[in-house]
Amino acid sequence: MVNTLPALVIIVPLLAALVVAAAGFINKRACFPIAVGALSVSFLGAAALLVRVVNTGVAIEYRFAGWAAPMGIVYVIDHLSALVLVVITAVALVNLVSSKQTIDREFKDKEGAFLSLYVLFTAGLIGMTATGDAFNLYVLLEIASLSGYALIGLGKTRAPLATLNYLFLGTIGATFYLLGVGYLYIATGSLNMADLAAILPGMQNSGIVLFAFIIMLSGLFVKMALFPVHGWLPGAYSQSSSAAAGLIAPLTTKVTVYIMVRICLNLFSVDYTFHHLNAGDILVWVAIATIVFGSLSALAQTDYKKMLTYIIIAEVGYMVGGFFLGNRMGMSGAILHIVNDAVMTLCLFMAAGIFLWKTGTEERGDLKGLFGSMPFTMAGFVLAGLSIIGVPPTCGFFSKWYLVSGGIAAGQYAFVAALIFSSLINAVLFFRLFEISYFEPFADHHHGSDKSAGHGGAGAVIREAPMAMLVPFLFVSIMLLVLGIYSGRIVTNIIHFAIPAGVI
Amino acid sequence: MTMETVLSVKPFLAVLVSLVVIPFIVVSRTQNMRESWTFIAGTIKFLLVLSMLPLVLKGKSVVYTVVQIFPDLGIAFRVDAFGMLFALVASSLWIVTSIYSLGYMRGLDEHSQTRYYSFFAVALSATIGVAFSANLLTLYLFYEMLSLATYPLVTHHQDRSARTSGRKYLFYILGGSIGLALPAMLITYHFTGTLDFAAHGVMAGHVNSGLALVLSLMFLFGFAKVGIMPMHSWLPAAMVAPTPVSALLHAVAVVKVGAFSVVRVFTGIVGVDTLATFHINEIICTIAAITVVVASLIALSQDELKRRLAFSTIGQLSYIILGVGLLSASGMTGGMLHIAMHAFGKITLFFCAGAIFCATGIKNISQMKGIGRQMPITMTAFLIGSLSVVGLPPCGGFISKWYLVVGTIESGQMLLLLVLLGSSFLNAAYFFPVFYNAFFLSEPEMTFENRVEEAPIWCVVPLTITAGISMVLFFYPQPFLNLAKLAVQSINGG
Repeated sequence: MVNTLPALVIIVPLLAALVVAAAGFINKRACFPIAVGALSVSFLGAAALLVRVVNTGVAIEYRFAGWAAPMGIVYVIDHLSALVLVVITAVALVNLVSSKQTIDREFKDKEGAFLSLYVLFTAGLIGMTATGDAFNLYVLLEIASLSGYALIGLGKTRAPLATLNYLFLGTIGATFYLLGVGYLYIATGSLNMADLAAILPGMQNSGIVLFAFIIMLSGLFVKMALFPVHGWLPGAYSQSSSAAAGLIAPLTTKVTVYIMVRICLNLFSVDYTFHHLNAGDILVWVAIATIVFGSLSALAQTDYKKMLTYIIIAEVGYMVGGFFLGNRMGMSGAILHIVNDAVMTLCLFMAAGIFLWKTGTEERGDLKGLFGSMPFTMAGFVLAGLSIIGVPPTCGFFSKWYLVSGGIAAGQYAFVAALIFSSLINAVLFFRLFEISYFEPFADHHHGSDKSAGHGGAGAVIREAPMAMLVPFLFVSIMLLVLGIYSGRIVTNIIHFAIPAGVI
Repeated sequence: MTMETVLSVKPFLAVLVSLVVIPFIVVSRTQNMRESWTFIAGTIKFLLVLSMLPLVLKGKSVVYTVVQIFPDLGIAFRVDAFGMLFALVASSLWIVTSIYSLGYMRGLDEHSQTRYYSFFAVALSATIGVAFSANLLTLYLFYEMLSLATYPLVTHHQDRSARTSGRKYLFYILGGSIGLALPAMLITYHFTGTLDFAAHGVMAGHVNSGLALVLSLMFLFGFAKVGIMPMHSWLPAAMVAPTPVSALLHAVAVVKVGAFSVVRVFTGIVGVDTLATFHINEIICTIAAITVVVASLIALSQDELKRRLAFSTIGQLSYIILGVGLLSASGMTGGMLHIAMHAFGKITLFFCAGAIFCATGIKNISQMKGIGRQMPITMTAFLIGSLSVVGLPPCGGFISKWYLVVGTIESGQMLLLLVLLGSSFLNAAYFFPVFYNAFFLSEPEMTFENRVEEAPIWCVVPLTITAGISMVLFFYPQPFLNLAKLAVQSINGG
């Protein structure tokens, strides 16, 4: 059983996607339970794998159909991929559970199609994370991308246009990656990552390898929306439906960052990336530009969902910058932030989903009075905001702790300044929203009676979101604190083993 | 430092008790029940703090680690003399302020009192958390918690002026802590490898003079709650809050958390030796002295009583920094003692301002002519509070100022001595006219035509208590004085 777990984690959702699609024609009510069941199995499998890897300290290798590497396709579950697998499956599962009502309302009679795409997208991300084969990664990247385009295209009226934009850029990104894999194959004759990692150190001066490195990373930068190739992201994410945004926004960029980490560390090696090419400095500056640009653009938005999308871009800068600092602190921060930012973004988009459900718009002016009418949702939203700002003991603070420490250790004070700047801008962004929901509408008199001694302001009637949305949301917001407290342990017990020993 | 430590969960409980009580405050069915929960939490908190006093007075410290976040750093508490001094002040005054809140909030029929009492409880947890922090990470955590918990209290009225003040408050407080204190903390951690407070600091030997100076200033301005100029203007703006908030938070808890944090970092992280070797303390004293003088001058020109008190607080906070910056035993004792002495005096003055507002609706000093004859108890308490803040006998403020003055002489800082004495005159100049106008004007000069009563009994009782304590502290300063001396001993000795 344990030996087939890596396969189960991806195959169950992959098959479930087909079953859900079929069930959509037979019995629409069966779709949702099947999807939840498949993702639950996947999540439990991923969790079991993580526990196993942490306990034994050895990576698990699974050969599909028994073919050995480098000919066959292997899945490699090590500290890094196991951690990211747990994040992917957990985020997808929690978001799905909380979206039942939104899906029923927004995709009447299309539940089968939507849920099938939802599960397929998740399966694609799982495969990208687990695979040890550079070409197989491309295949799964396209599975995730294509189902992602479709999921976003199912959104609001302007979604098809935003999707088309995403599709063009996304395809360019994926093609760049494929091209890089092709060049590597020309140079080495292999597609297996471990095999490539063994061959490449002997070819460090090869121009083909250099070109492969550049074009693969460029493709990934497009996919993760690094400045200045970020243009597709705000439109695509803000036009999508709540249920799709809650899946795609937290995961896509983070998984792409993971692929970048994987390729730089385990395929091209630390020595090649940081010492031979010295790619660190320039990419840290690109990351700084991303952070500053993302933060300032977020400041300019009046639509809060659009604001969140620019925050995602800034956060991509955090991770890319942290990783290319090239030291253990910075890399730990970047990888930790993959986990933390996925949960933070999930929390924010779930909140956005609840607001949309209750108010019907995404203009920030419509958040008026929500502290009174939805105190629990707002409490969770405040926690998420504080985490993005980086207030202890939320997880966002500890990501920043590692990233800033890494910046100081590397002497990259511009990166440190960019992180602090972004934290301050985030404080403005979120308190602007808190202000609207706390102060407005301005009351005429302030000395209202308080005889009821109940919640909130005088006469506020609590109209919370449905329990099925609220409970998962509050669970995620509390996870922000739990992750924060455990940040140090996640780093010392998991992430440190994911970073090669040579990195200090 | 070979200080004996006792492992006990008490510090954590003292922090936790006011958080635990919040759900009970929220679900209470009647006002009386809700307020009882506040009193229960306040009493337990005070008793918990008090129960650790004998150990601390014996020179021991109480330690407890809540959770180890990093291998060598976590959320941990360590109760020593300095922390005990501050915790005693804050936890005892919370009870008194809660009595006052009862009278004030009900007297004015304020809205959202449940929210008010809940966040007050959070603020107190955070304050005690800061007092008992064993390392800078824990201190920073509770410092931020306090900043955020105070925001809904400052903006309680939820109108446009509250929003404006709230923005100013966040701009300075959060801007300072995230923009300056946080990077300073991480840079310190990078160079020294520890954030635990140690008797002689942790920077010696790890940083050069330039870095030590930059970090010290980042902490001084970053912990903006201490209100060192130019990071002070949030405090007058925060006076838009209900008076009990101004009284406990903006005369005691919040601002003293700022002063406490700065002193803690200067003594426990930077280290007095480092401050002295690189002459950083002279720069700090100069900045503090400028703040003392300028704030006192501005206070003279304020007509709104609470704003005058706010500027007075800004000046008085800098006494604490000035005293510690002197680095002499008496100066540091005076600075630390001033945390307690100023607290009891200033809270009395705020209580009086609130009582006047509650009874008459008047905020401006120019309209208070003759008010003493109508509200004799309040205005007598006001006199006692003023005497204490000015630093005259028979009030506690005299003791701390005495030590400060001796400290300047010990260090041979005659200029700073002049600043201390000069600012005391200024203090007298902005407080005594209020009292004079209240009592000694002739009939035609008075602006009071209608008779007014004293404020509700629950407003008057607390201010009598704190005024009384201010006087008692002149005769029996021992609990606080001994703690301050012990704290200074552990910093200088060992």
